[in-house]
Amino acid sequence: MLEQKPLLSSLSLAFACFFDLRASKIEGSQATARQTAELLRSVISQQRVPYTNQAGALIDAVRAVGEQLIAANPVELAVGNIVRRVLHIIREEDLSLTTAAIAGFNLSAASDGDDDDDGEQDEHTVLSAAAVAASARNALRPPSLQTLLEDMPESVAIPHTSSSGGDSEGKSKSADKSSRTRRLKHDVIEAVNELIQDINTCHEQIAEQAVEHIHQNEVILTLGSSKTVLEFLYAAKEKKRSFRVFVAEGAPRYQGHLLAKELVTRGLHTTLITDSAVFAIISRVNMVIVGAHAVMANGGVIVPVGLNMVALAAQKHAVPFVVLAGSHKLCPLYPHNPEVLLNELRSPSELLDFGEFSDCLDFGSGIGSPLLHVVNPAFDYVPPKLVSLFITDTGGHNPSYMYRLIADYYSADDLVVRRRVALGN
Amino acid sequence: MPPQRKGAAARVSEDTEDLTRHPLQAILLADSFATKFRPITLERPKVLLPLVNVPMIDYTLAWLESAGVEEVFVFCCAHSKQVIEYLEKSEWFSQPNFSVVTIESHNSVSAGDALRLIYERNVINGDFVLISGDTVSNMSLTQVIQEHKERRKKDSNAVMTMVIKQSKPSPITHQSRLGTDELFLAIDPQTKQLLFYEEKTDSYRGIIPLDNALLGDNPSICLHNDKQDCYIDICSQEVLSLFTDNFDYQHLRRHFVKGLLVDDIMGYKIFTHEIHSSYAARIDNYRSYDTISKDIIQRWTYPFVPDVMFSGNSATHLEREGMYRASEIEQSRSAHIGPFTVIGKGTKIGNNSKISNSVIGKGCSIGSNVSITGSYIWDSVTIEDGCDIRHAIICDGVVIKSGAALEPGVVLSFKVVIGQQCIVPSYSKVSLYQQPTVEDSDEELEYADNSSGTVDSSITCTVDTLNREMMSETPASQMLSLHLSSGVEAEVHMEKYAYLGPGGVGHVWSICEGAHEEEWRHSVAPSPADKLAEAIQSLEDDLELLNLDGNALSVSGELKSGRNGTDSEDDDVEDSRDDSIYYEKEVEATFLRAVNENIKVPDVILEMNSLRLSYNMTSADCAGAIFYAMMKQALEIPHATAGELRKSAASIIDAWNKLLKFYSKEIDDQIEVIMKFEEMCLESVKEFSPHFSQILHLLYDKDILEEDAILRWADEKKDAEESDKVFVKQSEKLIQWLREASEEED
Repeated sequence: MLEQKPLLSSLSLAFACFFDLRASKIEGSQATARQTAELLRSVISQQRVPYTNQAGALIDAVRAVGEQLIAANPVELAVGNIVRRVLHIIREEDLSLTTAAIAGFNLSAASDGDDDDDGEQDEHTVLSAAAVAASARNALRPPSLQTLLEDMPESVAIPHTSSSGGDSEGKSKSADKSSRTRRLKHDVIEAVNELIQDINTCHEQIAEQAVEHIHQNEVILTLGSSKTVLEFLYAAKEKKRSFRVFVAEGAPRYQGHLLAKELVTRGLHTTLITDSAVFAIISRVNMVIVGAHAVMANGGVIVPVGLNMVALAAQKHAVPFVVLAGSHKLCPLYPHNPEVLLNELRSPSELLDFGEFSDCLDFGSGIGSPLLHVVNPAFDYVPPKLVSLFITDTGGHNPSYMYRLIADYYSADDLVVRRRVALGN
Repeated sequence: MPPQRKGAAARVSEDTEDLTRHPLQAILLADSFATKFRPITLERPKVLLPLVNVPMIDYTLAWLESAGVEEVFVFCCAHSKQVIEYLEKSEWFSQPNFSVVTIESHNSVSAGDALRLIYERNVINGDFVLISGDTVSNMSLTQVIQEHKERRKKDSNAVMTMVIKQSKPSPITHQSRLGTDELFLAIDPQTKQLLFYEEKTDSYRGIIPLDNALLGDNPSICLHNDKQDCYIDICSQEVLSLFTDNFDYQHLRRHFVKGLLVDDIMGYKIFTHEIHSSYAARIDNYRSYDTISKDIIQRWTYPFVPDVMFSGNSATHLEREGMYRASEIEQSRSAHIGPFTVIGKGTKIGNNSKISNSVIGKGCSIGSNVSITGSYIWDSVTIEDGCDIRHAIICDGVVIKSGAALEPGVVLSFKVVIGQQCIVPSYSKVSLYQQPTVEDSDEELEYADNSSGTVDSSITCTVDTLNREMMSETPASQMLSLHLSSGVEAEVHMEKYAYLGPGGVGHVWSICEGAHEEEWRHSVAPSPADKLAEAIQSLEDDLELLNLDGNALSVSGELKSGRNGTDSEDDDVEDSRDDSIYYEKEVEATFLRAVNENIKVPDVILEMNSLRLSYNMTSADCAGAIFYAMMKQALEIPHATAGELRKSAASIIDAWNKLLKFYSKEIDDQIEVIMKFEEMCLESVKEFSPHFSQILHLLYDKDILEEDAILRWADEKKDAEESDKVFVKQSEKLIQWLREASEEED
């Protein structure tokens, strides 16, 4: 392929980030998401775009890098999410430009279709950008109530659906307008910047909604530690709500201890309990608020280990189970997917002291394998029926609505990143 | 590099505070300077051997990179070309903030030589991490380096900090789980200073030779036998110059550490740093290769585990029950893959094959009905139908033809071919290369010159000289029906296995005499049950010896407690023994007091009873003890002749007649008295031995002993050894007389 050489150079540039990602050095989905987005931005900016089929080239480049990133750390779903988001952004921008080109075809034809008349073109696109983007997005979505109600010109929608199929031929015809050459990349980078901005501010946006959910004198239960939960609770406290927080410590990593400490330094009434005391305490609790590792397309969530138990206890006592998740945690996959069932198994040393148990782990006698096995999974899966509400940076949603939300952020072509690349090669 | 060196020179003169600004450096010895991995290391350096499908050096480098080391000097000696080539191909040279520099040497034979060479290069300009390329760890270096630096500020003689980890040795074999010898460390519990380091001790006797001065100089010492040396050292620059000054230092531990500990003129100190939650271990032998592989599979080394990509390894997925599978595996539906197994990319597995607890490399093809247990199969290995492989290491390109079986502990080096239906016996090592002749044991090279290994065959070889010459020219070629058997291997137990079956290619290495017995200790296979039973037996024998030897008790007592499962019974025996000794002393003291203060018999009985109860003794013990005390008392009274001694004894017996009688009412008690007396005469109070029969007679006269007691004692002694019968013979007359008397009565 043509793109192979520049692609490789951008790969070598990206190795620094690979290393951090694959050795699980970056903790937390948010940091991972940001890192991935920044990496993809640099890939895009390094990518030399051909004259024709720019979007295709960009998509291929992002895919190739994305595939490796996902393989480097398959458990951190945020990586895959961001890769798909970026792919989606490229498609959208391409689409909006195509629409603009078609809409402005007469205009540019009148002005001799010169490359240098950027000013005019810009003006034109600025005028129609919002409408075009909206129509382009609709073209990618499956038909929904919103789309049906929206008055959309058919003539615009049809060419886009054909071009979004990922075929270069259909696109190249309309893409030969050189006015688009530099703009696509520029627009994509702009959009990725916005994405990074979104990731950075997702805590604040979620926290803004805190007062709507936390009421005076309530008791809130959480498990483990989550930055989002911390900000959420603090935001409610800032708004002069007075409430109590129960923190389950979150064995075996005991992140709950850190959260409790942080909450106390910020002036919240905090009670620390063991994980096993959750059921005993749940009848006093008004709401369970937790952070998520990833939100699946069916509304199920991947959460720190121990939370399934909490969700069951909450259901038993009809306590709302609220999950806070930034939009980068929305994953377009369904949890029957083996990639997802794959849990992250961490080191057994978090559970027990190797030295004390070293005699139980002697392989030199008996049948050559020890009788003691230590398993330390990092995550739990909570099915959608146990979740009462999702609070994302775009507002509160029911679990059954998640797939719609996900459809806004991802295009269906990108759901399987890897297979497409394998076929392409 | 030059600008850095200049900078270093300038900075050294400045304040020590500035030392912290140096980039953290590490010296990685990519040569073990040992021959434990032969014959594999004849062809490939140890650091490039795959450990769970990733070369060992990648674990070390990945850890150094993640621990914040910025500059690594890889010292290559054996097969240096291969190491350098590998590093060039890998990503390690292209890392930002992590530079890897290779240093090549061809004439270094030890770690000491390596460090001297690095000193000459003058590249180290601050504290550095010293490890070998076969170390697997995930510890954080921040704390230990901090500690090291702080100690250095206070005391410039603290040249090294050694990382240790708790790991209990096996009570039976006295080995760590890594297959190394039980390690004894003496550490100052306050300062963590290392005071004593001993790997090979007379562990069976549980005796460690500690220097008196050590105990004198230090207010407290903690002696550990449950620590493992991780072979990760944080060293100061002085260490390099120390190696240069002491040009006879070769081995890092045996010479350098012990040298520093013994040498009190310079006063250099070594400290220890114990890690708890993180992992660190060094692959020393096949046993540790096995153990560390399993630790990796069980994820103790997280994040350096197969399903996290930390170097150029291929993507592997972790499935239920600890099964790791790479992509593109062709597996028959009927094949059964057990837990804790790693299967590499592109491997094919046939029908009804069973694999458990094993690691299988890339591109292997495994036939049907194959059974593989606890084995390490590297890349591109072909295993035909019906093979049975247990606890073996099989290197790249090996072909095992149908129906062959490998018994536990076999090592097959590169490209060996095992013929059909061949059974390879336990602990055999097979290589395409001839076993090199026995070398000077000091020269622990990882490789003998390849040429000498094959062509220069000074082994007393009688068979197939021609064939071997052909072999050395075309070692990898298939030679049909080549039954290789050198003179050495044909001679002993291996006779019937000396060939590798029809179509087999390779030399079976003979195991040096003496080493064969120890082979199981370091093998990849678990220790066989019979060897363990043997070890337990010898352990018990030793303990019995210890128990008999009262002086050894105090020394061995503490060490033993942490050591074995047979403790409880032994402790009981020991305790009761201790108790009876104390009891005897107590009784003696009481009796002495009674004599001196003229206490009346009933009062003495009262006191004796309370003593008896508090020590939980039988009345027989009492009688024995009291009699012992009385005889001791008799001995105290000054006497010139033997006659006088007898008289004083008689008078004491007379005086305390009632007391003794009170405790010797039963026949058994009386026999105990006689036995006690006999024991005394034999051991502690030999003066009484000539008077044995007289005193016995006296006791009989005083009605303390009944005739039955004496007769039964005599009967018991009938079967005893000659030496034990001395006193029976001496009192022959009395016994005779008693017998006649009783018969007359009848």
